[in-house]
Order: sequence, then C-alpha cells, then structure tokens
Amino acid sequence: MDAVLNIPLEHVLFLSIILFLIGAFGILIRRNVIFVLLSLEIMMNAAALAFIAAGARWGEPDGQVMFMFILALAAAEVAVGLGLVVQLSRRFQTLDIDRAEELNG
Amino acid sequence: MTSLWLIPALPLAGFLILVLTEGRLPRSVVAWIGAGSVGIAAVITGYVAWQFLAHDNATIVSSEWLWFSVGSMEISFRLWIDELSLVMTGVITGVGFLIHWYATGYMSEEEGYSRFFAYMNLFVFAMLMLVMGDSLLLLFLGWEGVGLCSYLLIGFFHKVPEFGYAARKAFVVTRVGDTFFLIALFLIFWQVGTLDVQEGLAFARANWDESTTVNTIICLLLLGGAVGKSAQIPLQTWLPDAMAGPTPVSALIHAATMVTAGVYLIARMQGMFELSELAMLCVTLVGLATLFIASFTALVQSDIKRVLAFSTMSQIGYMFFALGLGAWSAGFFHLVTHAFFKALLFLASGSVILAMHHEQDMFKMGGLRKILPVPYYAMLIGSAALAALPLTAGFFSKDAILLGAWDEPNYGGLFWTGAIVAAVLTSLYTVRMIALTFWGEPRGKTYEISADSLWNPNRVRTVMPFLILGVLSIFGGWIGFEFTKQLFNETEAPHGLLYVIQHLDFVPVLTFLIPLLGIVLGILFFRLSEDDQFRKGITDNSLSGILSKYWHSGWGFDWVYDRFIVWPFVTIARTRTNKNDIVDLIFKTLKFFASLFHHILSMLQTGHIRWYAFTMFGGILIVLVLVMWV
Amino acid sequence: MFYIAAAIAVSSSILAVTRKNASHALLYLVLTLLALATIFFLLGAPFAAALEIVIYAGAIVVLFLFVVMMLNLGRASVARESQWLRPGMWVLPAIMSGVLFGVFGLSFLGTENAAQIEGVMVPPKQVGESLFTTYLLGVELAGVLLLGALVGAYHLGRRYLDERREE
Repeated sequence: MDAVLNIPLEHVLFLSIILFLIGAFGILIRRNVIFVLLSLEIMMNAAALAFIAAGARWGEPDGQVMFMFILALAAAEVAVGLGLVVQLSRRFQTLDIDRAEELNG
Repeated sequence: MTSLWLIPALPLAGFLILVLTEGRLPRSVVAWIGAGSVGIAAVITGYVAWQFLAHDNATIVSSEWLWFSVGSMEISFRLWIDELSLVMTGVITGVGFLIHWYATGYMSEEEGYSRFFAYMNLFVFAMLMLVMGDSLLLLFLGWEGVGLCSYLLIGFFHKVPEFGYAARKAFVVTRVGDTFFLIALFLIFWQVGTLDVQEGLAFARANWDESTTVNTIICLLLLGGAVGKSAQIPLQTWLPDAMAGPTPVSALIHAATMVTAGVYLIARMQGMFELSELAMLCVTLVGLATLFIASFTALVQSDIKRVLAFSTMSQIGYMFFALGLGAWSAGFFHLVTHAFFKALLFLASGSVILAMHHEQDMFKMGGLRKILPVPYYAMLIGSAALAALPLTAGFFSKDAILLGAWDEPNYGGLFWTGAIVAAVLTSLYTVRMIALTFWGEPRGKTYEISADSLWNPNRVRTVMPFLILGVLSIFGGWIGFEFTKQLFNETEAPHGLLYVIQHLDFVPVLTFLIPLLGIVLGILFFRLSEDDQFRKGITDNSLSGILSKYWHSGWGFDWVYDRFIVWPFVTIARTRTNKNDIVDLIFKTLKFFASLFHHILSMLQTGHIRWYAFTMFGGILIVLVLVMWV
Repeated sequence: MFYIAAAIAVSSSILAVTRKNASHALLYLVLTLLALATIFFLLGAPFAAALEIVIYAGAIVVLFLFVVMMLNLGRASVARESQWLRPGMWVLPAIMSGVLFGVFGLSFLGTENAAQIEGVMVPPKQVGESLFTTYLLGVELAGVLLLGALVGAYHLGRRYLDERREE
C-alpha cells in the first residue's frame, strides 16, 4: 500500500492522550465495577494507539508487537477482573467498589 | 590412605539411615545397622592399625578437603592418624562396637529403639571427628557434637522430667568448660595464626619457652575445657546426674569415651603444656582433688550407677594427675585400660539393673551371684582391674601412674601418698559395691528372667561383649604399655612388675601391695557389718553420720552451685522489677513508635479502590509536573 | 478520514464512560474500538486492526456482555447508577484530568518539527518475524500470564459455581 495520507505524529498521540484521560476520568467517577473495567479498557487502547503510532512513524513492526502484548494483558485482566466482579456481586449483592472495603488496614 | 575416611563415615551413614527412616525399620534391621556400622568401622580401624605398624609408625593422613574458606583463610578438612589418635580410634570403635552389641539386647524392650541407635551412631561419628581431626577446629566440632549426643542420650527417656533436667544440667555445666575451650581456640588462632594442631605445636616449640605467658593462659583455658568435659573438680557435678541415661550410654559416653576427651585434649596439646609449669601443676592438682573427693563420695553411695559414676570421675582424676606429672604414657594408658574395665562394669551393672526391673539401689539387691553368674564374674574381673589387682590391666596403668608420682622431684612423696590413699579407697568402694550387690542374702525382690528375653545375661549373644571386654581387662595391660610408651618418647618409664622384681625397692613393693590391702580391708568391713553390734556402732556414731551425709551429697558442690549461681540467677530473672528497667524502656520506646507509625500508615489503607486510583492519578500528575518543570 | 475516526472514537468513549445502562455503554465501547481499528488501518497496521476487531470487539466485549447479562442488571441498576453519578463527584476528577491534559499539551507545544506519518504498511509477516525472534521471551512471558489468568479466573469462577450448586 502506498502512502495515502500524511498525519502528524503529534495528532495521533494527542488522540491517544485524550482517550487515556477519558478512561482515567471514567475510573474516578464510576462506582460500578463493570464501568471501572470498561474505562480500563479504554485506557489500554489509548496506550496501544500510542505504540502503533510510534511503530508507524518509523515503519517498524515493534509497535504492533507491543500491541499484541497489550492485547494479551487485556485478555488476562478481563478474565480475572470479571471473575472478581462475579464474586463481588455474589458476596455483597452489589457492584459498588466502595463497599468492598474489607481490604482496609 | 584411602580407606581412612570410611571410619567416621560409616557411623554417620548409620545415623542418617536411622534418622531418615524415622523408626519405621524393624528392630532387627536397626540393630544390624546400628551395631554393624560401628563394627565395620572397628574392622577398618584394625586394618589401619596394621598398616600403621607395618610402615614403622608413619603418620597416616587422609586426603585433604576444603571445608570452608573465609576471605583468605581456608579451613581444610583432613583426618590425621598418629599413635595417639590411632589408640583412641581403636578404643572408640572397638569398645563402642561391643557396647552397641550389648545395647541391641539391652534396649530391646524400650521405646525408641531406632532413635537410640541413631544417637549412638551420631555420637561415635562425632567422637571420631574429635579424635581424628587434624585441626583444633575439627576437634571442636567433634567436641560439641559429643556434647549434643550426650545431652540427647541422657534425656533419652524424655517422659521423666528429672531425666530432662539431668540432661540440661550436663549440657549447661559442660558448656562452661566449652567456653574456656573456645576462648583458648581464639587465643591460639590470634597468636599462632593457624588452628592446625601440628603446626601450632611446632610454632610453640620454636617460638615459646617456659616464660611465655600466653602459652600458660592458653593451657589453663584448655584445661578449663577439659575439666568440663571430663567431669573434674570444679565442673564435675553433671556426671552423677548423667546416669539418668540408659546404661549402655553411661558405658560408652560417660565412662569409656566422651569423658576422656579432656584427657585426649591435654595429651594432644602436650607440646604446649610441657612449656608451662603452672599449667602442669594445675592439671595435677585438679586430678588429685577429683580423685580424692570422688573416691570418698563413691564410698557412701547407694545407687550402683552413681558408685560407678564417681569411680569414673576418680579414675579420670588419676589420668589428669598422671598427665600433670609428666607421666604422659601412664596417664594415656590408664585411659585405654579404664575404657575396657569401666565399660565392662557398666554393662554388668546394666544387666543387674534390668534383672531388678530398674531398681538401682544396692541396698535392695544382694545375693545376685546365683541368679546372674555372668554379670557377677564380669563385675569381679572389672573390679579387679579397677582396684588394680596385680597382673590385671588396671594394675599396669595405675602402677605406672603411682611410680610416676614418686619420681616427681618436688612434691613426689606427697603426691604419691595421696594417690596411694585414693587407691586404697578405690579398692574399698569396689569391694563394697560387689558385696552389696552380689554377696549375702537377697534383700529385695528379684524377678524371673525369661530364658528367651534378648537381654538375658546368660545367652551367648549377651555374653560375648562381656567375654571380650573381660579378656581385655585382664590381658590388655600386657600388650599395651610398650606401645603407649612410644607415643610420648618415654623409654625410661619403669614397668611395674619387672621393676619390682628387679629392684625390690620399698616403693614399688608398697605400690604393689596397696590394692590388696584395700581389698582385705573391704572384705573385713563387710564381714564385720554382718555383725549387728558393729554396724550399730558405726551408724549411731554422729560423726560418721555427718561425714556420710556430706560425702553422699558429693561434698556439697551441688548445694554450693545451687545457692550461689543458680538461685541468684533464677531469682533475678524472675523478679518483677526486672521487667521495667532502662533496657526494657529502650525497646518499649521503639515499640511505641513502631506501632504509632503503623497506625498512621494503616489509616491510609481505607480499602476504597477509587481512593487508591485517585491518589495514584494525583501522584503521577505530581511526578510529571516535577519532571517537566523542575 | 483519520480525523473523522478520531472524532468518533473520542465522542463514543465519552459516552461509554458516562452511560447509566451497562449494555449501552458496552455498545459505545464497541464503537470506540471500531474507530480505533480504522485508525490502526490507516496508520499502516492492518494486522493490528484485524486483531482489534476480532479479539477486542469480538471476544473481550462479548465477555463483558455475558457478565452483564448474567448479573441481570435491570432498571433498578440504572436508577442506582444515576444516584451514584451525582454532578458533585465530577468536579475533582475533571480538574485533575484537565491539569494532566494541560501538562501533556504543554509538552507538545515545545516541539516544532512535526514528524509525519505516511501510513506505510508494515505487513503481518514482518510483525510475526519480529515477534518470534526479538521478542520471544516476551511471548513466553505473555503465555505464562495468560495461563495464570486462566487458573485465576477458573478458581474464582469455580467457587461461584460450587456455592450455587449447594443452594
């Protein structure tokens, strides 16, 4: 494929930052565990985007390799995270993470 | 010499097998492993001895292994066989094997059969390391190892609290001596720069003379260690209590081998001791004092094993006495013969105790001669050697010691008289013990011994150790002395019997007659005591009552230590004021701050995950700002 | 093309984190992911774009949906969400996000020489070669991580099933 477009690297990274901040914002405002996990996915995608953009800038495959690692990480995280969600709703009959404060010192 | 390492390795292997199987092996297998490993070690020792003599007494050295290295210092690990350690190795494996053999029957009805042999094998291993090691560090390793085994075996019947107490006492009291020993090691390393025995002695010979203070201090500290291990005054109080262990243990550890480790140590360090007159005098005096006190105490004991324990103390006193006088070969030779006859005596007493169902009070025995013929004759032979009847093994060694005392230039007469009196006492308590146990009429209950019980003293299997030890007790003196004399380059030492015949001087003759006198006196007393009038005359006498009480308690050493060391220590440790002193305050302050910070920190741990996320977010923000603009 | 996709990604992700109904939020998330896949494709990473759709949108989000349906979140949960999402709570996170955005923005302002991305395609073959040579260790570590996740998820889920069976 030939070069079809010319996008400045900064713009892509800017998009990545915006997505990342939206994810972080979501984590901070939501109390429902499912939404927290969802926000986490958005943050991870933002990071993946940054990697891909950097890889594309230099025309190297490393960025995509990193993306794959992030994918594996996301899969693992979701599996355990959702398992915890299920347990949480069983034990406390709620999805409110502020109620799961038995971990306090 | 390639097979040398097998000698200590075999008992160690036996120990490991017995420990790792955790007592799941059948008893017959345990017996084979336990006694067999020591037996094979004894055979190899015999082979080594043969090689040794065949090669004109050339020192045999095993190959050298690196034990550990610290900085530039490398501690190697090597077995060293010269005359001295060969004799000791022979005694340990030979007598040790016989005692193991006996124990296979003796312990057959006890719990923890496998545990017992595991400890015993470990003991033999440690003792061999003590004897065969070429450096003082290896010697110390064995020294502590036998101490540990002694502790474990004294408290073998761990269900009886008093036995556990006796074991602790033995451990703590010998520990006092061990501390002296350790300080001596530090001093030697500091001054000489090596812990190798031969190098150390060579250094001392080359650089030190009679006026070297360090040498005297080292020797006195070594003596302190030897005194603790060998139960001499003033650290002797643990040995009588150590009789709580099973009788084979008393025979092996507390009569034949471990308690003579102190004698071995002093003989090993001969080159240093010879340079210090003061240290030699101290050795002599310690020996003589122990000899006296222990002999008198043995005279009034009622427990048969305690009699033997005090007797062991006094005989080791003889050894120290001889070493201190410079009669090295005589002292060391006495060690060997003593191992033979004292082991025999202990084994015989063990049979008696089993036959009486663990009754050890001699006043409840009597008349056992007919029921237990084999132990009776064994005890007769052992006692004859102990009392130094002419031509027995004990005679040669003790005779040599007495003559050595006479030859001492300064206080020879005094020392000789003391030793002679003690010899009479030895004969007396020996006769008393035999008389109370075997002669006369039965005073207590005896039990039927079933013919097939394993420890039955009349079976061949049990008789063999008695027989071999008995033969050694009688004839051991004939072969051994010439050999031991070469150890210390003494060609001039007088040989008892020949000397008497050749010179007919009054001193040797008297030495010759003294034990006989003691035995005659003993028998006389025994006959008289059957007469009520005479007995009353003695027991009602207040002086004899007090004396007997005093002697019975071992001259009050236990009482003194209890009052002046144990009691204040325990009292101070238990007082309440002790809990709030300044030292505690420091730690309390520490604890206060630790828990304060803990509380502050634990307040951060709210358990709110969003709070965590929030703070993390903020933290990252702060870090970023700092990185970019600061 | 890129800017359209970027606008869709941003707006749909904002919607995703603010929805009160979990199913709706997940559908917006799918939209975000699809937009991102487009951007990946434009940046010359078709393989990553395909994976984004297949694994992220296809597998992970479906897993989310399964859980949401299993937990059976109905109108009550929507009402509860609106109770939890009060305007007052937005302030501090919004300020912090704004500050962070400012920090990043300032850091970009300094750079004048804007690098261009020409969108040259990096073919999957090249990615695979790099993945199994240079990053072999990383692949194995990822494998271990997935195994751990598998065991962990199984453990957590099994206790849930056991308890359920007892009822």
